[in-house]
Amino acid sequence: MMLARELRASLAFAHRQFHLIRRYINWEIVDLFYTIINTMTIGLIGIHSQDTGEMVLYLVIGALLWSFLSVVFHEVSESVSWERWEGTIEYTFMAPIHRLTHLGGMCMYAIAYGAVRTIIVLVAVKLFFGLNMTGANLLSGLVVLVVSSMSFIGMGLMAAVLPLMSPEKGSQATHIIQGFILLVSGVYYEIEALPAWLQPLSAFSPATYTLRAVRAALLEGANLAQLGPELLRLAIIGLLLIPIGLYIFSLGEKYAMRTGKLKRSG
Amino acid sequence: MDYAIVCDQVKKHFWEEQERDPSAGWVKWLRPSKKLTKAVDDVSLVVKRGEIFGLLGSNGSGKSTLIRLIATLLLPDSGKINVLGHDVVQNRLAVRKMINRVSVDAAFFKKLSAHENLMYAARLYDVNTRQAKANAEEILKRLGFPRKKIYVSMEHLSRGMQQKVAIARALLTSPAVLLLDEPTTGLDPKSKRDVQDFVLEVQAEHDATIILTTHDMSEAERLCARIAIIDGGRVEDIDTAQGLKKKVGGNASMEDVFFALTGRDWSKEVGGYDVG
Repeated sequence: MMLARELRASLAFAHRQFHLIRRYINWEIVDLFYTIINTMTIGLIGIHSQDTGEMVLYLVIGALLWSFLSVVFHEVSESVSWERWEGTIEYTFMAPIHRLTHLGGMCMYAIAYGAVRTIIVLVAVKLFFGLNMTGANLLSGLVVLVVSSMSFIGMGLMAAVLPLMSPEKGSQATHIIQGFILLVSGVYYEIEALPAWLQPLSAFSPATYTLRAVRAALLEGANLAQLGPELLRLAIIGLLLIPIGLYIFSLGEKYAMRTGKLKRSG
Repeated sequence: MDYAIVCDQVKKHFWEEQERDPSAGWVKWLRPSKKLTKAVDDVSLVVKRGEIFGLLGSNGSGKSTLIRLIATLLLPDSGKINVLGHDVVQNRLAVRKMINRVSVDAAFFKKLSAHENLMYAARLYDVNTRQAKANAEEILKRLGFPRKKIYVSMEHLSRGMQQKVAIARALLTSPAVLLLDEPTTGLDPKSKRDVQDFVLEVQAEHDATIILTTHDMSEAERLCARIAIIDGGRVEDIDTAQGLKKKVGGNASMEDVFFALTGRDWSKEVGGYDVG
């Protein structure tokens, strides 16, 4: 009963975001258009390599995955900034629901929204390059995407605390986390391309394992059993990061309630 | 006596950054000094069940901070606040289930329609959406809100209409305690009257306890059973409007009461931006 109530409240956020997309549909189209073009241009970098098809797909996977993970991370981490900008943050924070329900709703929406966008971009890019994906294991790729989302939700929750603590600059500070992940995770290049002193840091980024697993699924057709160790690693990271993220967020919320930073003007 | 809200020696102070002084040294310019603001300073008061209780004070007097403390949006530095038997710090969720708030700035997703905003609120408070829609339409009709505007984006509604939707949103959840933070500020006389009548109706029919902050002396007199005069974060006096006037003597108005208790001219105090 209690769980059903929290789930219904959680869906309120997904429902609200859906209506907001509908109202901002022109901007959504513009943003999607940019993402498609961006993915195409990244894919074009590999067009003259020795193994054209594989290199293009390698780069496209990086771009697609980065786009998906960025959307999940962004939607979660920006949820506070967005509500502050709208002036609804106090209303949402005084609603009689657990913070897990609030943030869980935002995360559910983020994964669904990110997945739909990624599928649209994938179809557009596949048509543009005429990519041959007959050997790809799409189911494995999708499972990796869902499992890895947990890690990014955890990191998003940690990042969401920054706009709570600093209404003016917190939002921009979340880009530091995103930038670090982009640099060390091998999104568009192998980890070995990094300077030796940077390479160990890639082990701390869940995107490193996500990319490795998705590329194995789509380039080599790896099935779920073959991806087992990588999926387990991603699940463990996610299961650790989500409670840590929630705990950090709760500390940030208490700080905001102590210092009055929930207020719209900050 | 059955109390809905008990505030006991509540304090809430903030450190506010002061303006950078270019003539000061560069260290001071980089690290500006901070000033302690006593937003709520040792406030003790009780609100009876079913009462409309007024908080009357100038801009920055601490009214809105006190409302935020009761609404579980701020943590008190010291003291206790109890809402219908629940401590606002220890039992936040229980308090949140029983209260709702209308703030001076109608806080909505501006791109969404009134209907979408109201249904979002209904889901958050676990109110059946079909029932919520019917209730919202009834409340909005009672407040003189045009029915066809319910599906119009909030950004295209006037301030008065937005405020009416805010009131409907708060009442949808049937709160036992309603916190009205300047609900009629910026409304035209007709809308103001509609809202005031409705507040009286809600209190009479739903037995809700209401705390009302206002700049409008006549509104406080008309609606509130008792009024607290708050100044500099401190409660100067609490009584009925008649009781307060009687203490000042003669044919005192509420403006005279405010002057007698705070030493300040009311008309000069309510002109600026409210940060209280």
